[in-house]
Amino acid sequence: MELAVIWFAAIAVLWTGFFLLEGFDFGVGILMPFMGRRHSVDRRVAINAIGPVWDANEVWMITAVGAMFAAFPAWYASVFSGFYVPVFLVLIALIVRGVAFEYRHKRDSDRWRDWWDRAIFFGSAVPAFLWGLIFANIVRGVAMDADHIVTASPLDLLNPHALLGGVSTLALFTLHGAVFLTLKTDGPVRVRARRAALGAACVAVPAVTAFLLWTQSAHGGPWTLPLALTAVATLVGGVAAARFRREGWSFLATAATIVLTFATLLGSLFPNVLPSTTDPAFSLTVANASSADYTLTLMTWVAVVFLPLVLGYQGWSYWVFRQRVTGEQITRSTVTTGGKEQGRAA
Amino acid sequence: MEALDLARWQFGVTTIYHFLFVPLTIGLSFIVAVLQTFWYRTGRHEYLQATQFFGKLFLINFAMGVVTGIVQEFQFGMNWSEYSRFVGDVFGAPLAMEALLAFFLESTFIGLWIFGWHRLPRGVHLACIWVVAVGTNLSAYFILAANAWMRRPVGYDVNPETGRAELNDIWAVLSNDQAWSTYLHTVSAAFVTAGLFVVAVSAYKLWRNAGHDDTGEAGVTPPGRDFALFRSTLRTGLVITLAAGALTVFSGDHQAKLAAEYEPMKLAAAEALWDTEEGAAFSAFAVGDTEARHNPIDVTVPNVLSFLATGTFDGEVHGMNNLQEAYEEYYGPGDYMPNVFVVYWSFRLMMGLGMFGIAVAAAGLWFTRGRGRMPGSRWFYYAAIAALPAALAANIFGWVLTEMGRQPWTVHGELLTAASVSPGVSLGTVAMSLGLFTAVYGLLFVVEVGLLWKYIKKGPAHVVPDLENDEDESQIPHFSY
Repeated sequence: MELAVIWFAAIAVLWTGFFLLEGFDFGVGILMPFMGRRHSVDRRVAINAIGPVWDANEVWMITAVGAMFAAFPAWYASVFSGFYVPVFLVLIALIVRGVAFEYRHKRDSDRWRDWWDRAIFFGSAVPAFLWGLIFANIVRGVAMDADHIVTASPLDLLNPHALLGGVSTLALFTLHGAVFLTLKTDGPVRVRARRAALGAACVAVPAVTAFLLWTQSAHGGPWTLPLALTAVATLVGGVAAARFRREGWSFLATAATIVLTFATLLGSLFPNVLPSTTDPAFSLTVANASSADYTLTLMTWVAVVFLPLVLGYQGWSYWVFRQRVTGEQITRSTVTTGGKEQGRAA
Repeated sequence: MEALDLARWQFGVTTIYHFLFVPLTIGLSFIVAVLQTFWYRTGRHEYLQATQFFGKLFLINFAMGVVTGIVQEFQFGMNWSEYSRFVGDVFGAPLAMEALLAFFLESTFIGLWIFGWHRLPRGVHLACIWVVAVGTNLSAYFILAANAWMRRPVGYDVNPETGRAELNDIWAVLSNDQAWSTYLHTVSAAFVTAGLFVVAVSAYKLWRNAGHDDTGEAGVTPPGRDFALFRSTLRTGLVITLAAGALTVFSGDHQAKLAAEYEPMKLAAAEALWDTEEGAAFSAFAVGDTEARHNPIDVTVPNVLSFLATGTFDGEVHGMNNLQEAYEEYYGPGDYMPNVFVVYWSFRLMMGLGMFGIAVAAAGLWFTRGRGRMPGSRWFYYAAIAALPAALAANIFGWVLTEMGRQPWTVHGELLTAASVSPGVSLGTVAMSLGLFTAVYGLLFVVEVGLLWKYIKKGPAHVVPDLENDEDESQIPHFSY
């Protein structure tokens, strides 16, 4: 197989890994307002469920972007200059969210925590929506000239298909995060998360189903159809599992839905990487956007050696923190650390 | 005003902001690891306190370094798409390797370290902070190799069909002498900065805890609260600063010689040297006239520049006028001079502020020689505290010199900055993002400094959990931060 095709698949895997792992981080952030009263131990429980891992989850995005730069420079250049405004908003959101996780508990003041809770909510909801919007637009294609310079205005990105894509990822990640919390916490947070999961499902099931069918009928091929249909099936199965308190199965199912959804999207895109709606001849493809063979071979070796290592130690870190997080642990650790505030932790 | 100007400002603002925090992260991860190793080996309580106190300050800074770094990964594509298309084949490889080899390592193990105080065996927990320290240094190498390639491109060919640079030798890129020399200089300067951070914090705590107000005279300092702890961190910081300072000076000298070889225009601008000379003098203070291209006032030290650039006192150093002529002949018409004022003064400020920090470290080691001895003069404490902002500023001026000194090129001899910018991105869009980045960064800067200040004032007692008296530690995931 051609190296450029392998690298398209590798970048698809990196982005999917990002959405799979960061999906529940976004979901937990979006659910902050529903996880307990402001300043309560419950909110701290929700944050601590992702506390040790969110940073490494986000590195999947950095690596995906770096891999695009190395393997498909023209794709990297056109996508990020062409989607300037949404990408910029994602960056601002990720900046305030990252700081919020680390700074929220560093001052014992309700106003202080209020501000950072807002930052966590918006910092999670904005990228959860915008990444769906961006990827839907990548699959649809944008106005692009012969030099691969995107000529579409930011408003062109707000078409119905892409907006539906944004709503789908927003709802799907919220559901994924809620299910993750039912699996990872105990006590009142677990109860509320189950309720939140069923609420998010009311949006996620119709939105993701409609978005996948639309994408499949407009851009899909014969082999993406089973992917799209399985995605819908696992989504429904996941909601049913959540309803009957099979938390592990439910999480596996929402994880599978995310993987299959992005497999459908990127599968529909291939062999293009960014289609041009101005003229199909101006489209960026796996063939005309890729680096030369030397770089691709080098990057293949680097990935083959180091990606298993990364998976190994990241998996180990999940294993170390496998216990459910509860409110008692947080109040106890607060007592032993001598802090006054509720749930000062992380 | 063009989008190009604003894109340059945006890259400058975001990178400088990023690099305020990065040197502290690089150096402090290592210092915290050393302090924790002391604790692991000796079991002495004060080392645990020091580890947790500086660990807390380290984490406050680490968060900011991480989030400001995210922007950089995207900015090449957003504002510099023509550059990205031209160099992606070469430049993307070290960036992707950095993420895969270093960012994953740092981000995973920092999570394990923060949350693992009671979860992991002590040896494994100690290993986590060491892995973070190695990860930050590894990431610095990859990104500096990518940057060094722009200043001395190697291991590539420009494909005549596509007009793009194509990598043909990754070892040439990774073993580029500009890369390892820049790495040595940057990382040793980062250790100076982190050393001075520890020195400044320790000096402040010793001064305050000994019961002095800001105007009081110190006698022989009585052992106040946490005296032993901060005296030992002060000494650790001073030793690290002095050792790293020596390496910074040595590698800085090597950097000047590489500049003479690969970027003579930068060196000439840094010295405001207009005409090629043999036995060129080092300019200590000059007032230049960039229109007439000469210096009406120039206080110089004879032959020193030649020695710095070539290793001999009568070596030839190229001047800007001669280089401009040669470049026009070779690359065609154009202005190949950087902003002489900025480059000249960045060079002096970098050296002056850096030397000040190193001098404080040398003086501090002398004052604290022998058992329990402390500096008597309050001026030492003032200088020790002032050395921290001086070191941070020296880092920034060093990078301003490096980056603005290579203008008008983004890739030396291959691609002009003016040809690198995104053609499809409008002035208004860049203005919007520049304004918002600056505002958000400014706000976060105030927040971070406020938090650091709060925790420095609180001191170590507040942050130390009772590790020994925890009854069933295997049951409780203990969150120490």
